[in-house]
Amino acid sequence: MKIAFTTKGENWDSMMDPRFGRTEYFLVYDEEKDELSSFDNRDVANEAHGAGPRTAQKLFEINPNVLITGNGPGGNAAEALKESGIQIFVGAGDMTVKQAYEAYKSGSLKKFG
Amino acid sequence: MKIAIASGKGGTGKTSLSVNLASFLAKKQEIVLVDLDVEEPNSGIFIEGELIHSENKHKMIPEWIPDNCTLCGICQKVCNFHAVIKMGTRIMVFPQLCHSCYACSELCPTKTLPMIPQKIGELKHFRKKNLNFVESKLLIGEEQAVPLIKQTHSYIDKTFSDKILKIYDCPPGTSCPVIEATKDADFVILVTEPTPFGFHDLTLAVETMKELGKKIGVVINKFGFEHREVEDFCEKENIPILARIPNSRKIAELYSKGKLIYPEVEGLANQFENIISHIQEEVAK
Amino acid sequence: MKEIVVISGKGGTGKTSITASFAVLGGKEVVVADCDVDAADMHLLLKPDFEFEEDFYSGLIAEIEQEKCIKCGKCAEVCRFDAIPIIDGKYVVQPLDCEGCGYCYQVCPRDAIAMNEQNVGKWFVSNIKTGTVMVHAKLGIGLENSGKLVAKVKNEAKRLAEEKQKDFVIVDGSPGIGCPVISSLSGSNLVVLVTEPTLSGLHDLKRVYELVKKFGLKSVCIINKADLNKNISEKIKSFLAENEITLLAEIPYDETFTKAMIEGKTIVELSESNIGKIIKKSWETIKKY
Repeated sequence: MKIAFTTKGENWDSMMDPRFGRTEYFLVYDEEKDELSSFDNRDVANEAHGAGPRTAQKLFEINPNVLITGNGPGGNAAEALKESGIQIFVGAGDMTVKQAYEAYKSGSLKKFG
Repeated sequence: MKIAIASGKGGTGKTSLSVNLASFLAKKQEIVLVDLDVEEPNSGIFIEGELIHSENKHKMIPEWIPDNCTLCGICQKVCNFHAVIKMGTRIMVFPQLCHSCYACSELCPTKTLPMIPQKIGELKHFRKKNLNFVESKLLIGEEQAVPLIKQTHSYIDKTFSDKILKIYDCPPGTSCPVIEATKDADFVILVTEPTPFGFHDLTLAVETMKELGKKIGVVINKFGFEHREVEDFCEKENIPILARIPNSRKIAELYSKGKLIYPEVEGLANQFENIISHIQEEVAK
Repeated sequence: MKEIVVISGKGGTGKTSITASFAVLGGKEVVVADCDVDAADMHLLLKPDFEFEEDFYSGLIAEIEQEKCIKCGKCAEVCRFDAIPIIDGKYVVQPLDCEGCGYCYQVCPRDAIAMNEQNVGKWFVSNIKTGTVMVHAKLGIGLENSGKLVAKVKNEAKRLAEEKQKDFVIVDGSPGIGCPVISSLSGSNLVVLVTEPTLSGLHDLKRVYELVKKFGLKSVCIINKADLNKNISEKIKSFLAENEITLLAEIPYDETFTKAMIEGKTIVELSESNIGKIIKKSWETIKKY
């Protein structure tokens, strides 16, 4: 499974970013290959308008199976992601990426939408 | 003639002044009162009248018709607001973000994004004898006030003759809804209060109106606190103070009940006469 | 770290005065964010030192490079905002009317149009008199308050709160129901609705609450100038009860509020104020949410 996280940094000890649209980075963990890759989203975070949809599109291109985040995508982004098939889990806003992953695996995060 | 009533700070008494001035003048002449504070219109609370006309107001947004779409992505490329996004094999439109520039629609090589109207609010026109009251209200969650304000202006210009005196109750602040609301005004009355917040926000409002090249005057509401900055500022900048409405619990109570003030408070009618004659003189110059 | 946002719908209810009081009561436990960027006033009570200042850019404005322009008029033709009139024989973009959509840029046959980042204002980080920091901003006049500057102020405040390990961010929210309020509200843990017992106040409270409900945010309410109109106070209380919004406090109409502001103080800084006590109690309750 490919699992994406909204984060403030580029490694397992980084803090999660609770936001979706203006998240600073996406970290993607490929479970099969045990590989962690990062995607810089800061140019979108800097946009005046439409950060949600733009970030949703970026995520769509990354094509993970699961997204783990804090508050969940806002109206526009949620709309955009609805038919993407990506499963979204929320509640990890105050954790490190590692903690968020563990919380997800143990089933303690809430499913969004 | 068009008189706009604006302010920097919220809650200074714009609506209170607008409805009272309009009602007072309507005793002798035909008046149009327009509530352009479309996010939170309140004048209607004070005016009773018969509903003459109501209409939905729309903004144009693109709609994706998949049939001829080649997924070239030009629509997304030309949209500076990210209101049009290509998600795989789908084009998604985000109406809230759309500024109705028509770029995606007109630059689309296969005419796949025709523009369609989407409701953004409602305009209502009431009348009681000499007083015409027009109010526009934005739908909740609708983010942009400017398109609705613009369309309200068009309705007023289309419906009423130039000769009728029009009073516009404007939104507070200095950002673009206020600019749109005061655009065509012949004179702008800035309502303030004699407090640090009132003074600070007045300076911003004056700066804005000067940028627009507007003739202005100040009405000091809740007058009576020992704070001279507003008066000193007006004197220094040569801005006429058109009226001083006293700080009074009685006035606050009348307002709270949705009642007009000038019938019950001595001296206000005179102050209103002064406001109008000053403005008429200024505009005639 | 909890984020508390104070909004009102209607202006003049006392939102900023009350938020500033919370800031004073919170002292070193909080970071303050003044998100009312169109008419920011908290600084008048909290004495910021503007230690850090940065220009803020948001949105684009078109500019025609006259040397390249062949005056074909295509730009003016496609502009839906009438932002490109002919002045002294030249096509000139009017910044106050330009929406930054870039359509003109797309169609210019000579690439004579540049889309420039617009400087819409400044944001600041200040040390304030209570011994903590405040993030605030000044939006330039006549500009589109897109919510981005609000977001910037809020996020910087949150970042600072995390960095300095403060317990709360107190946000003075924007008025109305548009973009800037939505931006003020996003991600908050608790919304404090400040209203007044006037028909206008009730009307605007209902409208802004619809927005709060849409985002599923927890909220409480303070009725300011509560004894101005008992009838409407009751109506407000019914509305609150119907919607399960906790009534946090009722503050009586009292000019001490304004008098304190004139002295550059928040009401809680006046030692013998009855209102001060009510606000203190509210703050204690808020902290527990």
